[in-house]
Amino acid sequence: MISVKNLYKTYGNKDLETHVLQGIDLQVPAGEFLGIMGKSGAGKSTLMYQIGLLDHPTSGEIVLNGINTEKLTMQERTNMRLSALGYVFQDYALIPELTASENVMIPLLMQGKSMEEAKKIAEDTLSKVGLSHRISNKPSQLSGGEQQRVSIARAIAHEPKILFADEPTANLDTVSGISIVELFRDLNEKGQTIVMVTHEEEYAKYCDRIVYLEDGKIVRENGLKKK
Amino acid sequence: MPMQNKWNNVLRVGWFLALRQIKGSNIATTVLIVFIMMLTFLNLVVVSGILIGLIEGGNRANKEQYTGDVIITTLSGEQDIGHSHEIESTIRAMPDITDLSVRYLASGQLEANYKTRRDFDVLPDTAGTQVTGITLADEESLSQLSKFVVEGEFLDESESGYILIGANLLYRYSAGFGDFFASLEGVYPGDEVKVTIGKNTRTFIVKGIMDTKVDQVSLRAFVTKADFWRLVDRPGLNANEFAMRINPDSSLTSDDVKNNLVQAGFADDGKIQTAMEAIPDFLNQIRLAFGLLGNVIGAVGIVVASITIFIVIFINAVTRRKYIGIMKGIGISERAIEISYIFQSIFYATIGGLIGLFVVYIMLVPFFYAHPLDFPFSDGILVAPINETMFKFFLLLFVTIIAGYIPARQIVKKNTLDSILGR
Repeated sequence: MISVKNLYKTYGNKDLETHVLQGIDLQVPAGEFLGIMGKSGAGKSTLMYQIGLLDHPTSGEIVLNGINTEKLTMQERTNMRLSALGYVFQDYALIPELTASENVMIPLLMQGKSMEEAKKIAEDTLSKVGLSHRISNKPSQLSGGEQQRVSIARAIAHEPKILFADEPTANLDTVSGISIVELFRDLNEKGQTIVMVTHEEEYAKYCDRIVYLEDGKIVRENGLKKK
Repeated sequence: MPMQNKWNNVLRVGWFLALRQIKGSNIATTVLIVFIMMLTFLNLVVVSGILIGLIEGGNRANKEQYTGDVIITTLSGEQDIGHSHEIESTIRAMPDITDLSVRYLASGQLEANYKTRRDFDVLPDTAGTQVTGITLADEESLSQLSKFVVEGEFLDESESGYILIGANLLYRYSAGFGDFFASLEGVYPGDEVKVTIGKNTRTFIVKGIMDTKVDQVSLRAFVTKADFWRLVDRPGLNANEFAMRINPDSSLTSDDVKNNLVQAGFADDGKIQTAMEAIPDFLNQIRLAFGLLGNVIGAVGIVVASITIFIVIFINAVTRRKYIGIMKGIGISERAIEISYIFQSIFYATIGGLIGLFVVYIMLVPFFYAHPLDFPFSDGILVAPINETMFKFFLLLFVTIIAGYIPARQIVKKNTLDSILGR
C-alpha cells in the first residue's frame, strides 16, 4: 500500500540547511493502522506530509498503491489526494462558512457526485461518526471533538485507500481524544489503512504498529529498536 | 475523467464555494462593495451620457423647434427656394408627412426706442435679424412655437402689424452672452419697433417675446406670412424654408423622405437635409470630444472599481489562505477555488451593474427628460443608448473578473503545505 525508500527532506538554503528527514524506509501494508510517534521536531508531521503528497521530498521514493509518486504532475497529485487519500488535521481544518454536511460534501462534488448524492453520502458518513444531529451546524457551533469528527467524516466520505491523521487528538480533552482514536480503530477494523501521527503514548495501544522518529530517522518500531 | 466533466466539477464546486462565501460574508461589506460597483457603473454611463446629452438636448430642441425631421433651406447664393409651390404641394401630398411649415425669410433690422432718442450723435438702438413670415397654424403644429412665448402672447392670424421677437434680440435676455449679439434695450410687449427690410420700413407692435435655446428661433423675429409680404419687395412668392415632420408611426425614415425629395428633382432648388445633417459640424465635434471626455472619466472609474475588487478579493483570499491550502490539500483543484473568487467578483459587479441599470433607466433618464439641465446653449438630457450601456455593463463585468482572478491566483498558487501551516 505504502512504500517509502531512502526518503530525505531538507529545508533551508546552502547557508543554513535543516535535515528534517534522513533516509526513511517504511512499508505500510493495506489495512494497517500505523502510528508515527516521536518528540516535537522529530519529523513525524513532515514524514506524513511527504507520504500524503502535501509536500515534495528532497530525495527518495514514495510508492502509493503501486504508483511511484515522484513523477506525478501537480494535477495528478491533486487528483490522487482527492480520490485515494484522506486527511485529518490537528486543528480540524473545516471551512468556517460551510455546515458540517457541506464540509463533507466538497470533495465529493469535486469527484463529480451530484448534489443530492453528495449530500446523502455526507449525511450517512456524519451519522457513522455520530453526528447525525449536527449536519446543519457550522464549525463554530460544534465542540472540538465534534469538529474533529466532521473532519474525519470529510476524510473518509469518499472512501480513500489511505487515511492520514496529523495529531488528531492534540486539541482535544482526553475523553474526546479517546473517542476519536476509537473511531479510527473502528474504521481500521473495517479495512481502512490509517497513518496517524501522535506524540501521546496513551493512543499507541490502538495502533497495529508504531514507528518512533528521532532527528528525522526511524529509531524504533513497536517499541523495539529498529533493526 | 473526461475534460468536460472535469470542468463541470470545477464550475460546480466554484459556484458552491462562492455562494456560501457570499452568504456567510458581512452584509455591510457586501452592500458597500455592491454600492461601489453601482457608482462605478453610473460613473461610466451617466458622466458621458450627460456630456453627450448637452449636445443631444440641443439637437433634439433643434429638431423639435426648427428643422422637423427634414428641412429644405435656400441654396447658398440664392435668394429663395425655386419652385416653392411645386415643392409645397409635393410635400403636402406625401401621406407620411404630418406637419409642414413653410417659412419666408428676409434679412432686416429692428429699431427700438426711436421715439425717445433725443441725441442723434448716439447710435440708434438696433439689432439685425432674420424676419420670418410664417403660417401660424402650420408653424404651431410643427414646432409648437407658442410654448416658448415668455412675455406677451403668440401672434393671431386675424391681426396685422404685430411681431414676435426672439429673446436673444433683447438685452435683458442676451446680456449673459456679453457683446455677442447686438440687442435692443427695454422692449416689452406692447412697445413699437421699426422693422426695415431693404428700403421698406414698417412699424410693428411687439406681441410677445419668445425664449428658447434654439438660435433659429431666439434670434429671429416672426410675423404672419401676410405681413411679411406686405413688407418685402421680392419677385415671386418663393419660400426660404420647408420644415416637415414625419408621422412617428410611419416606417419612413428621414433619409427616405430626403431621398424622395431629391429624386423628385428638388435638390436643384433647395438644400435638402435631415435633422441630423442640419446640425452644425462643430456640435458634432463637441459631441465627439464630450464622448471622449466621458470615456476618460469612466475609465478612471473602471480602474478604481477594479482596484476595489482587487483589494477586496486579495484581503479575502489572504485571510482565508489557510482554508485555501486545506481545500487544495483535500483535493479541490486550484481552478475551482479561483473560480469561486471569480464568481464572487461577478456577483458584486452584476448586482451593482443591475442596480445601476435600474437607476439609469427607471430614474435618471426619465428625470433628466422631465427636468433637463439648464445650459446656455441647450437643455441637457441624459443620453444612454441601450447598446452602449450594455457594452459598459459587460466591460465592468470583464474588468471585475480580471481584478478578482489575479489576487485569487496569487494566493491559490502558493505552496499548499505552506498555506495550511500558515508559513
